[in-house]
Amino acid sequence: MFGTILILAVRSISRHKLRSFLTTLGIIIGVAAVVAMVTLGKATTAAAQKQIASLGTNILQVRPGQGFGRGGGGPRPPDFEEADVDAIRDQVEGVTAVAPQAQSTATVIYQGANWSTTINGTTASFFRVQPWPLVLGRQWTRAEEQAGKAVCIIGNTVRTNLYRGGDPVGTRMRVNGISCDVIGVLSTRGQGGFGDQDDVVIMPIKQVQRRFTGNREIRLMLVGTDPAYESAQIQASITQVLRERRHIEGGKADDFNIFDTAQISAAVTGVTTLLTSIVTAVAGISLVVGGIGIMNIMLVSVTERTREIGIRLAIGAVASEVLMQFLVEAVVLSMLGGLIGLLVAQGVVLGLGPLMQVDYLFDPQINMVAFAISALIGIVFGYFPAQRAASLNPIDALRHE
Amino acid sequence: MDPAADPLIRLRNVTKTYGEGPTAFQALKGIDLDIQAGDFVAVMGPSGSGKSTTMNILGCLDVPSAGEFRFKGFHVESLDRDQRALLRRKYLGFVFQGFNLLARTSALENVELPLLYRGDPKGQRRDTAMAALDKVGLKQWWDHTPAELSGGQQQRVAIARAIVTNPDVLLADEPTGNLDSERSREIMELLKGLNEASGITVLMVTHEADMAAFARTIVHFKDGLVERIEDKRKVPA
Repeated sequence: MFGTILILAVRSISRHKLRSFLTTLGIIIGVAAVVAMVTLGKATTAAAQKQIASLGTNILQVRPGQGFGRGGGGPRPPDFEEADVDAIRDQVEGVTAVAPQAQSTATVIYQGANWSTTINGTTASFFRVQPWPLVLGRQWTRAEEQAGKAVCIIGNTVRTNLYRGGDPVGTRMRVNGISCDVIGVLSTRGQGGFGDQDDVVIMPIKQVQRRFTGNREIRLMLVGTDPAYESAQIQASITQVLRERRHIEGGKADDFNIFDTAQISAAVTGVTTLLTSIVTAVAGISLVVGGIGIMNIMLVSVTERTREIGIRLAIGAVASEVLMQFLVEAVVLSMLGGLIGLLVAQGVVLGLGPLMQVDYLFDPQINMVAFAISALIGIVFGYFPAQRAASLNPIDALRHE
Repeated sequence: MDPAADPLIRLRNVTKTYGEGPTAFQALKGIDLDIQAGDFVAVMGPSGSGKSTTMNILGCLDVPSAGEFRFKGFHVESLDRDQRALLRRKYLGFVFQGFNLLARTSALENVELPLLYRGDPKGQRRDTAMAALDKVGLKQWWDHTPAELSGGQQQRVAIARAIVTNPDVLLADEPTGNLDSERSREIMELLKGLNEASGITVLMVTHEADMAAFARTIVHFKDGLVERIEDKRKVPA
């Protein structure tokens, strides 16, 4: 019997294609909006997490100053010293490595090509704090590091612009007038929310301090942590060591800050999740409106098809069969709408994804939920019109003009 | 067995009242009527004489306000809406003045409709419906929609739909009311042929004496009562 009713419903829908399409338009838009929003939200979250992860996981960034932007006014807090790096490495439990960083910008020149880039002075610990393999060449030796030799490892962007993708290892390029032996090329990390991470030249920190920054100070420490330890515990220990070394009395605020990529990741996820749910709620309203649209058209359809219902009743359809026919029609319509909506949503995600710099992502859960909701809407909003159709008196229905 | 002892349809003192109180209107004022299986009955009478109300009751579309309606042994007056629908599905076929075919639906699918409700499997449905279309001479028109058929052809499709389930009774409500005289005669010949060939009982409402002449029995209604019954078998032409 159900098969029969399904046949009747599908026949009726296919006989009125335009009307059927208009009926489902609300559902199509609603489902497409909900699914596209949730998917894009999740993709954005994933992209943000990927960017944060590209900074390295299990890494704390320690900078002078209070938080971002170094606070307003007042004397600039002092940078870190080499001894701070050693102290954290030696005194804080759970620290695997500490890499100091001194940064500068410079123009690099090779055979007439020049490129402006970031010079990052650090130690070999840099490669222990975070896995960042080389695709060509080698890291510098301990002797080269301690002597502060002019050796450099270049990022892929520098390689592309200066060497047109060729092998730079063994060549000598000029960095702000200083000759530097290129000994290695870093693997590509890509464009992130924090700028092009491949647009960099890495050199021993002593060389950078001597030639570019002109001091022995350290602007940033990357602290690698053992995932077996609580990040908060390590941060507290680092804070304690640094307060002591920087002679900060009790009650006074820290003049440095510790930035945990995992915390940022959690915060970003929280914000995007909240935004996603708000936008989804708005899109959900359009789904309900779509359901009301179905009810409207079904009611009109029942009135318009009164005579048809009369014929069916006269032929011997029982009330429940007429009810089921209209109900199934509404459900089939709304599920069709849901299905088209899902396809539209994938199109929207594919279209908008590149603009929003997020990768395409198929989330089976939201797709299934949205489809189920569209079916549910068909049942809820299809029932009242179907009930009305089923309760028609066959004699009056047959006379209806 | 004497068929008169057990008629297919028996109405006893059937009344039908619409509305209540002072505005109540009594459409039927106590009808007694027996119809034998295999008869061809024309129902005649002026508007408001009660013939349509009687046809609605005989078609199990409506119930009497009082009185008894026995059909094939069922006490129809005491059946509920769905039980009457099942009676219609099984034993009755309807032909209307306005054809009442489903628009944008092929002749074959229109004829299949009662079989769908009966739950016949697909292949069998198609064969049965084709056979019914063949009986009305429209087999080659099976894939045409009502809009592509003439009035006479549409009424033939409607007749095919009415007889496709092999019902006991065919109820026709002014089946020729929308047709010209030649088409009308063809439809009447068709109904008469079906009545004679398969023994289906035909109940037909008509205004036209020409059409009623095809019937064997003519029931005249007047003012909610049966005025007289002509049995043409007893009066040789």
